[in-house]
Amino acid sequence: MSLTVAALLGSITVFALAIFLGFELISKVPPTLHTPLMSGANAISGITIVGALILSNTAFNDGNPGAAAWMALAALIMATINVVGGFMVTNRMLEMIAGKRRKGGE
Amino acid sequence: MVNSAVWEIGYLISAALFIFGIKQLSSPRTAPRGNRLGATGMLLAVLVTLARMYTEEVIGWELIVGGLAIGILIGSLMATKVEMTGMPELVALFNGFGGGASALVGMSEAFSRISTEGGIPEGIELYATWVAIGLSGLVGWVTLSGSLVAMMKLKGGFTIPLSKKWVRFPTWCPPWLNALKMLLLMGLLYLIWMTIEDPTNKDYIWGIVGMSSLLGILFVIPIGGADMPVVVSLLNSLSGIAAAFTGFVIGNNVLIIAGSMVGAAGLVLTFIMCKAMNRTLQDVLFKAFGGTGDKDRPTRTKVGSDPEEVAMVLDGVQKVIIVPGYGMAVSQSQHAVKEFADMMEAEGCEISYGIHPVAGRMPGHMNVLLAEANVPYEQLIEMDDINSEFPDCDVALIIGANDTTNPVARTSEGPLAGMPILDVDKARVVVIIKRSLSVGYAGVDNDLFYMDKTMMLFGDGKKMMNELNSAIKEL
Repeated sequence: MSLTVAALLGSITVFALAIFLGFELISKVPPTLHTPLMSGANAISGITIVGALILSNTAFNDGNPGAAAWMALAALIMATINVVGGFMVTNRMLEMIAGKRRKGGE
Repeated sequence: MVNSAVWEIGYLISAALFIFGIKQLSSPRTAPRGNRLGATGMLLAVLVTLARMYTEEVIGWELIVGGLAIGILIGSLMATKVEMTGMPELVALFNGFGGGASALVGMSEAFSRISTEGGIPEGIELYATWVAIGLSGLVGWVTLSGSLVAMMKLKGGFTIPLSKKWVRFPTWCPPWLNALKMLLLMGLLYLIWMTIEDPTNKDYIWGIVGMSSLLGILFVIPIGGADMPVVVSLLNSLSGIAAAFTGFVIGNNVLIIAGSMVGAAGLVLTFIMCKAMNRTLQDVLFKAFGGTGDKDRPTRTKVGSDPEEVAMVLDGVQKVIIVPGYGMAVSQSQHAVKEFADMMEAEGCEISYGIHPVAGRMPGHMNVLLAEANVPYEQLIEMDDINSEFPDCDVALIIGANDTTNPVARTSEGPLAGMPILDVDKARVVVIIKRSLSVGYAGVDNDLFYMDKTMMLFGDGKKMMNELNSAIKEL
């Protein structure tokens, strides 16, 4: 994997645009959704699980599973908890908030 | 050999799912779908990664399957077991895990490059990779240690079991703390610089771990209870930023997109919280507030009322607005509140709930608790919309809220000056369930307590709600 200046600039562009996108996406959120939005967004930030997977593999395959491999494993466990727990708990909250709403409307 | 473009397209679709997911999470109608879209995007990203590793190199399943299994088990247990009252702590903990995972990925990448021959890049690549590793470590460890402190703060500081005495988690803020934080931050930037100068030296990386963790602890310790919504949403933002930096480390755009989007979205929420408290982010982060400073000592007294008296006042009223605060969360009285509302509604009374944006300890705290107690969504009304209804309201029932109802905020004096509040003092009768006349987080006495139309029910929120409910039944 070699990093060129062009690739780096491309990544920085993506980074900057995604930040603007994030600001624009949720300009208005009703307070009822503050907690689910936060925990749902948090689950998405568990995307670092991709990095943890890649490194769990490469670091372990390099022959001697040294410190790097154990760190990757710890990262994988934490990221998975973050992702699975985050989406599940958000779902639970939304069921309570929005599920009731549906029932009430009918 | 599959063309690598296939993987990139897979990641792109997953990034698009995250974008739609976050967008839909911000509207009540579409929120459940938004969450599912986000989860689908995540599943896709994981599958693409696994498929790519499977086709391109030998895959070491042991660690991957083991790690995933442990994570899924713990994560799903935590998510299903948690009570809604424990939600702030859980959200804080998950934020911390996200940040910690990002930091560990960066560190693992650094260590594996150091141990492989020719793993250390040169030139621009060295700078880019090592700066990204340093920054993902800095932000990630701060997020982890800060979240753990926040979690303990959210748990701690309730009642001393035997004496039933109300204590707040100590907020520790000596005057030199901000200078120390500044020094730590500068030291960290220096360490990141040193890792580039001497990329094979692991000591600098361990130094970053230690100093960032300390910085995270010192960053949250001086921030007191009612400012917690700001801290929790800021840590949420930081966990995203850490993931974005990790994206630079491993050269993966989906991490950069998802991470920076979450970072920005978390920051938006942070500013919404700050605005609701009429304080700037700098003030929340760097000026301790109410923790140790001068507090009003209530000198006036007020005779408490009985639940029976309040029940008589409530008899036959047309409109009641319930104003919950952190006290409702602590005493877990949301079900008793709902029972009260049901009884009143059966008598033909109109019930609504006035929700202050920073009531409780995390953004949206009251809404989650009341939703758990089956309160219909339509009855939860935002501060700006409910304030015009207080003058027509017969009784405003306040449960464990203080600063968010203090009329002194309308004046230009004191720490609460200018904070948006719920206009409960405009209701015909105000009933307040509270342990004592003691001051709230801002340390300011509340004139509302001493008004002639105010009735105080002194005691624990749940206990008083239950007594009030039985008094109404007996009437």
